[in-house]
Amino acid sequence: MGDIMKKQIQGILIGAAVAVGLSGFAGVASAQDMIYKAGDRQSGYMYAAKETQAIQDDDLGNPAYIWVDEGEALWTKVDGKAGKSCATCHGAESAMLTDVGTRYPVYNAKLGKMQSLEQKINEERQEKMGAKPYKWESKQMLSLTVYMRNGSRGKPMNVSIDGPAAKFFEAGKKFFNQRRGQLDMACKHCHEDGAGMMIRANMLSEGQSNGFPTYRLKWQKPGSIHRRFRGCNKQVRAKPYGYGSDEYVNLELFVAWRGRGLSVETPAVRN
Amino acid sequence: MGVRSLAVGALGVVLGLAFSTNAIAAEKKMVNYVVKNGAIAKSLTGKPGNAANGRKLAINRKKGNCLACHKMPIPEQAFHGEMGPELIGVAGRLNEGQIRLRIVDPKFFNRDTIMPAFYKNTGFTRVLKKFKGKTMLSAAQIEDLVAYTMTLK
Repeated sequence: MGDIMKKQIQGILIGAAVAVGLSGFAGVASAQDMIYKAGDRQSGYMYAAKETQAIQDDDLGNPAYIWVDEGEALWTKVDGKAGKSCATCHGAESAMLTDVGTRYPVYNAKLGKMQSLEQKINEERQEKMGAKPYKWESKQMLSLTVYMRNGSRGKPMNVSIDGPAAKFFEAGKKFFNQRRGQLDMACKHCHEDGAGMMIRANMLSEGQSNGFPTYRLKWQKPGSIHRRFRGCNKQVRAKPYGYGSDEYVNLELFVAWRGRGLSVETPAVRN
Repeated sequence: MGVRSLAVGALGVVLGLAFSTNAIAAEKKMVNYVVKNGAIAKSLTGKPGNAANGRKLAINRKKGNCLACHKMPIPEQAFHGEMGPELIGVAGRLNEGQIRLRIVDPKFFNRDTIMPAFYKNTGFTRVLKKFKGKTMLSAAQIEDLVAYTMTLK
């Protein structure tokens, strides 16, 4: 199929999508604008099977777009004692126009540590909206983080590891290289030394986080990067840390830095 | 490389008394072994293992799971891993004692290897409770794997 024809078909698809009122598209990069390789780093997309890539490439077929739509609805939904929604302060469209999905975790001076996007959302909900915090892996939190990160789709991952973030970055790096569990393996053994190799039927990836929250076919829903960390830790028979633990937020920072320059792909699809 | 005598069992009893009764129970079962010239010459159980059972352990994902990383002559399993060296013909390259040490404690040869030690129960970080103080395989299972691996000529 020629490029022109591809573009035409894509145009028709996008037109159709807008016509039926699906959100997720406006101002968001299409599949061929994505940066899957940056320097020596490659997105998990490059290690995924063709069939899995195809599901991600097709916004109409990507099952995670249900969460994007749900997140958009939550963005404008008034909640809490202050009678506000996210959109009250940030604008109805602003989550689709920012680079917020490229920057987290961010150092928070008040807390004196790094803050993930989930934690920032809950801080705002409690302090600005007078609303209850969302549970980490709840449908609401996943929907909102998928929606917000989707707003940065196509933009390069760009966390800051300088200044006050430096020591948290170092802690995350140490975690990545630390052996753990009865299998006595560190993240790096599979995701640096082993990336591109087969473990039985599965190809090991670099463990990049640019597609998170990622729709895993195994999960049949999107999951946070902390869920993935917990799964990996348990696979090496190590005691996992909690969702939102300092250890995982620091690891998230390090992993995001490893993927610097790769496009945000949320919601990516993986097996 | 000299002689390294690992009195793991005796040490385990001392540590066990100091920390918990569970640890004693788990550690007491550990068999002492002697490493000499990059090999553990003697069977951990004092007798030869069962090669047929060893083959099953090599396939079993919750036991040996050797196939996760090694290509082996097990044609009925479709997917073999690539992380480690192929084990086809390994018995022609290594003797029994060398193979035994590679399964018991591969970090003896390569500190940075991804391969787990299949007969080690201490010195780990944050082991899940249900695996704490336990080895990945029993001494008898190690011998079964050794027996099977020795058939890979």
